[in-house]
Amino acid sequence: MDGNGNGKGKGSVRIGVYVCHCGTNIAGKVDVIRLAETAGKLPGVVVSREYKYACSDPGQDLIVQDVRKYGLNRVVVASCSPHLHELTFRKTVATAGQNPYLFHMVNIREHVSWVTEDPEAATAKAEALVNAAVLRAAFLRELEPRRFPVNPNVLVVGGGIAGIHTALTLANANKQVYLVEREPTIGGHMAQFDKTFPTLDCAACILTPKMTAVKQHPNIHLMTYCEVGEVSGFVGSFKVKVKKYPRYIDEDKCTGCGECIEACIFKEGKTPSEFDVGLSKRKPVYLSFPQAVPPIPVIDPEACIEFKSHKCPKSCVEACGDRAAIDFTQTTREVELEVGAVVVATGFKPFDARRLPQYGYGKHPNVYTSLEVERLVNASGPTLGQVVMRDGRKPESIGVLHCIGSRDENTNRYCSRVCCMYSLKLAHLLKEKTGAHVYNFYIDMRTPGKGFEEFYKRLLEEGISCIRGKVAEVSTWPQSPAEEGKLVLRVEDTLLGAVRRIPVDMVVLSVGLEPQADSDQTRRLFNLGCSSDGWFLERHPKLAPVDTFTDGVFLAGCCQGPKDIPDTVAQGGAAAAQSLALIDKGCVEIEPVTAFIDQEICSGCQICIAMCPYTAIQFDSEKSVAALNEALCKGCGTCVAACPSGAAQQNLFLDEQLFAEVQGVLV
Amino acid sequence: MSEAFNPRIVGFFCNWCTYLAADLAGTSRMKYAPNVRVVRTMCSGRVDPQLVVWAFRNGADGVLIGGCHPGDCHYQEGNYKTLRRMGLLRTMLAQLGIEPDRLRLEWISASEGERLRDVMNEFSAQIRQLGPLETKSSVISSQSSVAQAAP
Repeated sequence: MDGNGNGKGKGSVRIGVYVCHCGTNIAGKVDVIRLAETAGKLPGVVVSREYKYACSDPGQDLIVQDVRKYGLNRVVVASCSPHLHELTFRKTVATAGQNPYLFHMVNIREHVSWVTEDPEAATAKAEALVNAAVLRAAFLRELEPRRFPVNPNVLVVGGGIAGIHTALTLANANKQVYLVEREPTIGGHMAQFDKTFPTLDCAACILTPKMTAVKQHPNIHLMTYCEVGEVSGFVGSFKVKVKKYPRYIDEDKCTGCGECIEACIFKEGKTPSEFDVGLSKRKPVYLSFPQAVPPIPVIDPEACIEFKSHKCPKSCVEACGDRAAIDFTQTTREVELEVGAVVVATGFKPFDARRLPQYGYGKHPNVYTSLEVERLVNASGPTLGQVVMRDGRKPESIGVLHCIGSRDENTNRYCSRVCCMYSLKLAHLLKEKTGAHVYNFYIDMRTPGKGFEEFYKRLLEEGISCIRGKVAEVSTWPQSPAEEGKLVLRVEDTLLGAVRRIPVDMVVLSVGLEPQADSDQTRRLFNLGCSSDGWFLERHPKLAPVDTFTDGVFLAGCCQGPKDIPDTVAQGGAAAAQSLALIDKGCVEIEPVTAFIDQEICSGCQICIAMCPYTAIQFDSEKSVAALNEALCKGCGTCVAACPSGAAQQNLFLDEQLFAEVQGVLV
Repeated sequence: MSEAFNPRIVGFFCNWCTYLAADLAGTSRMKYAPNVRVVRTMCSGRVDPQLVVWAFRNGADGVLIGGCHPGDCHYQEGNYKTLRRMGLLRTMLAQLGIEPDRLRLEWISASEGERLRDVMNEFSAQIRQLGPLETKSSVISSQSSVAQAAP
């Protein structure tokens, strides 16, 4: 193959090369002038230029003009990662009237200028890469993107505030939404909070109306106590299998009267309540909290006597009466859904304070985590809002310790973003409710948000003591009479430059946010990437913050990284908008990276068939050759690498293109 | 080997993991040896052993293949196929008189920028140690299939 004759039938290959300075990002290291000059001498290159910002409007315009003026039928741009701007330049080439796939991008920023010390070595490397691209470009072929219809339904995974907001936005736009939540109720962590910073409006007051709206919305199919088990398909047409766990109460029959809970033979709860983080007890049949949505109780088979001994008088069944909603025979069912887009909003888990034994959580009863305190100060919490410690006393002094499991080389290096603010909020609430003296121990006070700094100032005026220093340990060994019976905090006050011992009655550990324990499974389910901390990876940290590397799958809320409620809601809205943009277009264009089989060359050996993970290749026994189903092919190219006769090829990654590229990098 | 020897290494990086790791190393401004020139493929499973041989024939001193960690392949299991192929290819390379250590397969995920930098540096140093590839060019250039498939 000579590489000619593929460019719009013009006969010869006419290549334009564009070297981007990217300001000084590239030009500061790579000699872009020399690079453009050398490129200009390569075979087939008609025009070679360097430009300050190739992706800018004038930069793209330059390419368009050149394509028209010089009759270019190949364009090579040497700039940043194709993950950033490949699509931009494809569109530029299309604007110029050429097939957008007659374009190749060279990454001389992320892979060269930003990672190379020596300018000469960087320029040489860039030259090799551009040479490879020019050689490869000769073999580019015109292609058409594949178009598929988009199913207008959306799956939202996770029913916290992120998922709720996403689902409501989509449902209001008249889309059918499946909201899957694995807990018996939606609401997530926000439902457990007492008040929200910095406005101090109560979390329940702003959340529960949204929860009710979800329940009442005709376009939302709420699936609580369910988990996504399997996902297949691709953008626009995902097939999802959802596991529906047995509640042992029929959701269609239950009216939510709660009489079964009243009637349960357990007069008092014996199982630690998940919702109250273990601060209260619940019965075997329970509603997570009074405003739970749906208001349908669930029976815990681990705690229910009927499941253990089958000897329970079943007073719950009796109380339910004619409604006959209780069904001990329920089993896990599987429901299949078809959706066009998925929003992953699976949230976070609080850092486990037991991992830092120096703070005595689980050892000293009066050491609490921040989430426990949220329940403790809540008017509908286990103590009805009375701050009473585990030993029954009311605290007179309280220490709030920031950065537990955040900004710590031993646990998590990142800042959890919300802890400073919620610690201040808890300090305010605790002081308000107990009149205790409250100390906040911080490393840096981080209050970057609307009204946040003002809130901090207000707290200082309220008389909260803020001590700059990370507490080293919480102990119960008194060294003075004042420390008797107290929890003693040993801390270096870095503003005072002295080590202090501060005795308090109660300690609050402001725990950071961590990825869910099973985030790895979720990641694999939806084919997501992860940052090194385990948070799901967005497609671009600035320009595509809710997109992922899997088309049609979007992120919302804390599963992408720690964030507060306003940011979570904003991201939920963004994920909904991105889903709508996909759905309302009606069809998706997918890069034609699929494989194809030249049946003239195929010998019918069938090696490729076993290679394909998507069963996209079948054996055509009549013709004795392999036949590839383009709709199933996802374009990995594994069959191409295995084909002994070169019959299997992959668009955009043809053998001849790759061989040319390899030859090209080895100048 | 003399100081002047600057190894030429071809890297085949999969689009979803190792290529992104290299992007991350870039955005994190990590500095590493400039010897590896990256060719992007959608999956490490696309790396035809012939491409590796072709690289050596065209003067590469080393070949580095980067894919997703086992179980994390964007295409389910392409990286397992690569693992098996490259195992076999290393045996063949030895028969062709090419040190098998000149071919390296690494799993580097999109979040492992630091690891990418380390592998780039280590492998460049290792190839520098091995010295330039001195092949009896007749051995590999007579690979008729390569010659045919090549441009």
